Amino acid sequence: MSPFLAGVTWLLVFQSLGEALVRLAGLPLPGPVAGMALLLGVLLARGGVPEAFAAAADALARHLSLLFVPAGVGVMLYARQLADEWVPIVVALVVSTVLAIAVAALVFARLAKRGRGGSES
Amino acid sequence: MTEPFFALWVYLAATPLAGLTLTLVAYGAGYALYARSRFHPLANPVPIAVAIVVAALAATRTPYAAYFDGAQFVHFLLGPAVVGLAVPLAREWPRVKRLAWPIAAALAAGSVVASASAVVIAWALGASPQTIASIAPKSVTAPIAMGIAESLGGLPALAAVFAVTTGVLGAVVARFVLDALRIESWAARGFALGLAAHGIGTARAFQVHAEAGAFAGLAFGLHGLVAALLLPAVLLLLRSLH
Repeated sequence: MSPFLAGVTWLLVFQSLGEALVRLAGLPLPGPVAGMALLLGVLLARGGVPEAFAAAADALARHLSLLFVPAGVGVMLYARQLADEWVPIVVALVVSTVLAIAVAALVFARLAKRGRGGSES
Repeated sequence: MTEPFFALWVYLAATPLAGLTLTLVAYGAGYALYARSRFHPLANPVPIAVAIVVAALAATRTPYAAYFDGAQFVHFLLGPAVVGLAVPLAREWPRVKRLAWPIAAALAAGSVVASASAVVIAWALGASPQTIASIAPKSVTAPIAMGIAESLGGLPALAAVFAVTTGVLGAVVARFVLDALRIESWAARGFALGLAAHGIGTARAFQVHAEAGAFAGLAFGLHGLVAALLLPAVLLLLRSLH
């Protein structure tokens, strides 16, 4: 099997394990997030990323944007609701996104700099 | 002459092939424009692809459900893509461990600001309760946001639209916000982008810098985890205060 195909197979196996874990344990978590945590645990215990995982995960990460197109097209279902409430929606989305980026970056950069004695590059 | 073509069109429009092909062709066009602009943030491929697909569906009067029959194969890959985020995380793990404290603090502050500011602004400007519940999880990735919105009494598909819009907005504005604040560290820039703009921000971060991409993926995954666990509890609390 090519590394890419083997990698995709493993990702699906871990997603299935995540879904099973979430259902069986009744966790309020999406299955793929549990699958990611499980895979991270395995990769860290192994001490390295096998080529197969790298091939599949990097290919998916490179075109992650593509995967959001079908959900984005759902905008056509809510044209009326969006037209009626466009002011609060646009203001809320734009302002909160700018604020979230600013707050997360400032907190991260300040604390990382302090931890390293001011040598953050 | 037009009759066989019409029959062919009716057949194709009814199969998953049409929706799937349309999605990939539209994204290919969007990505070509993005590459041509040398990956300028304003030329993000997602809104270009969405606009092309919506225009094509409107022109052929195809309902969203028929389109999604084909597009679901692309949508489905969000699951394995989220699982695959473990890979950049495992690669960057030594740095992640060293930066555990900044990561935890930025995650806590950023996720509260992302959700609370959107809810407060939407509420203050008179949005409906359904819209407010759908907008609360907008900074987490679409499939996770859908689940959260449902448990809050919002509309899952509307939550997905807000999540995608937020992802695009974040990918577009991040460079300008981060430059204005003089944030130079790739780790901090990537983390902020992944936290505020989930997978679309992460894709953008990977295109800019590998280390930014890894930290964006980390923030994207952690934010999904934390939001899925905490947002329903926070909103129940807010509702009981009313």
